[in-house]
Amino acid sequence: MIALLVRDLRLAMRAGGGFGLGLAFFLIVSTLVPFGVGPEAAILSRIAPGILWVGALLACLLSLDRIFQLDFEDGSLDLLATAPIPMEGIVGVKALAHWLVTGLPLTLAAPVLGTLMNLESPGHFWIFITLLIGTPALSMIGAFGAALTVGLKRGGLLLSLLVLPLYIPTLIFGAEAATRGTAGLSASTPLLMMAGITAGSIALLPFAAAAALRVNLR
Amino acid sequence: MELRVENLTVARGGVPVLEGLDFTLSPGQVLILRGPNGSGKTTLLRTLAGLQPPLVGSVSTDPEQITYGAHADGLKATLSVEENLHFWASVHGVADIAPAVDGFNLRGLLERPSANLSAGQKRRLGLARLLVTGRPIWLLDEPTVSLDVASVKLFADAVQRHVAAGGSALIATHIDLGLKADTFDVGPYKADAHRPRDDGSRDSYSGFDEAFQ
Repeated sequence: MIALLVRDLRLAMRAGGGFGLGLAFFLIVSTLVPFGVGPEAAILSRIAPGILWVGALLACLLSLDRIFQLDFEDGSLDLLATAPIPMEGIVGVKALAHWLVTGLPLTLAAPVLGTLMNLESPGHFWIFITLLIGTPALSMIGAFGAALTVGLKRGGLLLSLLVLPLYIPTLIFGAEAATRGTAGLSASTPLLMMAGITAGSIALLPFAAAAALRVNLR
Repeated sequence: MELRVENLTVARGGVPVLEGLDFTLSPGQVLILRGPNGSGKTTLLRTLAGLQPPLVGSVSTDPEQITYGAHADGLKATLSVEENLHFWASVHGVADIAPAVDGFNLRGLLERPSANLSAGQKRRLGLARLLVTGRPIWLLDEPTVSLDVASVKLFADAVQRHVAAGGSALIATHIDLGLKADTFDVGPYKADAHRPRDDGSRDSYSGFDEAFQ
């Protein structure tokens, strides 16, 4: 399984691997919003946590169809399915690799990009901590959606439609926790709810995604 | 490890393709699978490899004993030949890739990204993967596509060594590999969608069929 993780990370770093795709998109969103909304610092700092969360979520969505599709097309997925790694393990490793390549860089970049939107001082910490807890759920739910649509040509649209509703609870609790934390209020309730979503999806979705993959490989 | 198939019916998209298959693949045996295009050889191999469930019947072997060589080689274009082989070796818990490299004459290509290989070289790399899986039963789907005569010889030698070491191989192919092998023709087992089902052993889908007649 470590070999699979190393391979996926190596592929992501090589040319055309998709590393930086989400990060570049995130950068574009958070640069453009101040131009669109206008330079009023008060408004910007009020919407900053929400915008950063939406931007991170969309950036995550952008690279989801790569999780299984490339391996499916070149036949690796068939061979992995017959390899001595359980299918649930393959899903888990793929989701982890996706998080390391997409979610983690977004989490690290968000506090810096928050400065562009006049994010108030405790906000940098809160946007970092909420994304750190929330983005693993985005990768795991996304891997499940990717497993469902893996056999489809140009399944990207269907994948987005399937996954977006599942992302909404994470977005609501994540953005709420970040907003409350930035405003100096207690953020523990939304934070715990979001942590619950993350823990639940990591515990359950590998099994669902593995079942979807087995059906799609037939 | 013996592979025994009993009264197997394989289906593609829910439609039976081959039915009533009965054969045994013993250690040390090479079995050549013959049949025209579209006769269900690939479906049979995928079923034996555990990638899809059989409609009826049983396959005696644990899929963990089997390695499947498909039409696609499962290579990553941006990884080098060595990295591709190393990956499959470590997935299967095999440390040494040297026999696979030498067996398929890949020594000079190790550093080359597999995107820059020719079709035949890619195929050789795909076949070298079989040697790093360390599994006794090989199921191969037209392994010699795009190989030249010398490479077919390399492949035949690899199969010969594998079989001599107690392994076995089931190979779907249209050419003569020059191996000492038995032949299994899938032609007589072609499923007939309109034949009435009356032998009881195929109950699980006869009900479904009658509903549409």
